[in-house]
Amino acid sequence: MDEKIQKKLAILSDAAKYDVSCASSGSTRKNTGNGIGNGVAAGICHSFTDDGRCISLFKILMTNHCMYDCAYCVNRRTNDRPRATLSPQEIVDLTIGFYRRNYIEGLFLSSGVIKNPDFTMERMVLTAKKLRTEENFYGYIHLKAIPGASSELIEEAGIWADRLSVNMEIPTEPNLKKLAPEKNYPDIISPMTQIRDSILISKEERRKYRSAKLFAPAGQSTQLIVGATPETDREIILLSSGLYKNQNLKRVYFSGYLPVNDYDKRLPAISRPPLVRENRLYQSDWLMRFYHFKAEEILTEDHPFLDLDVDPKLGYALRNMHLFPVDINKADYEMILRVPGIGVLSAQKIIMARRHRRLTTLTLKELGVVLKRARYFITCNELAAKFSDWDPVRLKRQLVINSHSKYKKSLDSQLKLFADFKPVLPTLH
Amino acid sequence: MKIYTYDNSFEGLLTAVFECYSRKDFPVDICARNTQSRYLFLENVDIHTDPQKAERVWKGVQAKMSGANKQLLFYAFLSEEQGIEMKIYRFLRRLFSGYMNLETDYGDSDVMSLTQSSQKVKKEAMRIMQFVRFQRTKDGMFFCGIEPKFDVLPLVVTHYQKRFADQRWLIYDLQRNYGVYYDKNEVKEVEISKKQFNAFNGQVKQALLDEGEDFYQKLWRSYFKHINIEERKNLRLQLQHMPRRFWKYLPEKQAGA
Repeated sequence: MDEKIQKKLAILSDAAKYDVSCASSGSTRKNTGNGIGNGVAAGICHSFTDDGRCISLFKILMTNHCMYDCAYCVNRRTNDRPRATLSPQEIVDLTIGFYRRNYIEGLFLSSGVIKNPDFTMERMVLTAKKLRTEENFYGYIHLKAIPGASSELIEEAGIWADRLSVNMEIPTEPNLKKLAPEKNYPDIISPMTQIRDSILISKEERRKYRSAKLFAPAGQSTQLIVGATPETDREIILLSSGLYKNQNLKRVYFSGYLPVNDYDKRLPAISRPPLVRENRLYQSDWLMRFYHFKAEEILTEDHPFLDLDVDPKLGYALRNMHLFPVDINKADYEMILRVPGIGVLSAQKIIMARRHRRLTTLTLKELGVVLKRARYFITCNELAAKFSDWDPVRLKRQLVINSHSKYKKSLDSQLKLFADFKPVLPTLH
Repeated sequence: MKIYTYDNSFEGLLTAVFECYSRKDFPVDICARNTQSRYLFLENVDIHTDPQKAERVWKGVQAKMSGANKQLLFYAFLSEEQGIEMKIYRFLRRLFSGYMNLETDYGDSDVMSLTQSSQKVKKEAMRIMQFVRFQRTKDGMFFCGIEPKFDVLPLVVTHYQKRFADQRWLIYDLQRNYGVYYDKNEVKEVEISKKQFNAFNGQVKQALLDEGEDFYQKLWRSYFKHINIEERKNLRLQLQHMPRRFWKYLPEKQAGA
């Protein structure tokens, strides 16, 4: 018995690892005193795997059997892999066992689609319900909404879960049709819209009545695969910005394409996952969510791809040299946020601290500002603006040479020469 | 020219501050009684901790500090840095002289270094929330031994109390030799004299462990291995988030069968 579970766990966690989301934040579900678990709004990461990603939730597939045959997915029907299915009770026991030992913050349950979307979704909802009602579990639950599941089931899922997510995977519809002929955009968008509306309704009701039911209090998220299809970064950023605005998403995750099915000729042949590109996309995502940037400011029409050498904020500054240098002691918050090397926390602290006295570079350094980058774009008391007449190209060279980037190796021009032989944008047939 | 000595408790420090005011004194240094004296020819004033005086000072602090910063001084004190007492003292002098929003004056070196120290302590408390791993014993208690850099167990008690309201647990500070124990009703401070666990890595003796414990640890190790994506290997990032000093407490980092 024990051995069987162990085997299943190995297969199903192996199959679940390509889901990026692991956030346990945004929910403050409170333990009422007799149960187990308590939400922490900031989320807690309990461990970190060798790839540096955090383990916050117990991320598992209910089953890796799947009736679909999506080209980008490791669990596609036609792949010859070991398959397994965990029963709702088994998942509940594992989650509680791990949670009680403080290994995890909660459960992230996803699944391959068996029989039909409704059947699958029903079992997932049942698992969440068991955790909440039978085990008095107040920890975090993230449920994947299966595209095509009925709206009643999604409604119930939202009652038990803290976060719901529907994965878009491929950023444009024609490309989705090519890689996953059995899926379609309406099936993805309609549950997303339903979840958005239910969250808004529940929020509104809870404003009036305290006892009104919670619906996915930590919001919803989605995931996009980057590099499997030839979309430009600009398209991806615009899409995610649209999702934040129109669908009220909490997060859009990017997943650098891993060649899991390299025999499929519809997919590009790559030797390494596009980790730098993924990182730059996340940085742009951060700029939109925390730095008040608009999607159109990050990438213009004539530069549809993000610069891999420098981060998007620095790229923006180099394109808009006329806005700099910024006087740290006078400029407003919005402008200080746009200086490369100054983060949200530092910017806030600068605003508070300069009410008391004039700030010097020493203070900036202690506040955590990365002067190595920032000093080209600011003036601050004794620090004069001596770089403002520099040519952006020269400035960029200077910055790249001085940086000890973790991606330095991949930026080496020698290597790049060889990398360029590979088609960067594969044509889809 | 005087130095004040106190008993190395936060209350003691607050009492010392109270005494400074009541004696109209400005000491050269305030240091713990048991530390080696760094001064040769200074007059020494020994302060006896008085909870009432400490309470009065603390109330004054609470009235003058705003929301999130109310605990700033206590957190900074927990960092046990050398010379933190005088920073706190100078901070309080300015605070009580009527300076508004003092805690945001980051251009001042005392405020800055107090903020940084308190950040360090808060980070360590966060780590204790992350990396505590309970082992279930035969009598149904969940035990964890761990060695925080600073004395942060008091800061995480409420977190664990709320979270594991329906199980008995004990978190033991291996270095400072005390622990907090929750018996489903209240939290108590305990000191264990006859240790049934390894004082190095907090591992409970095999004979006392619950039968299911090994199984869950094995499952967790297997999960940890399988959720990793080999193509994205990035050990530096892992190390950055999960410092090596915690590895000996983590079941997923043990070789184990």
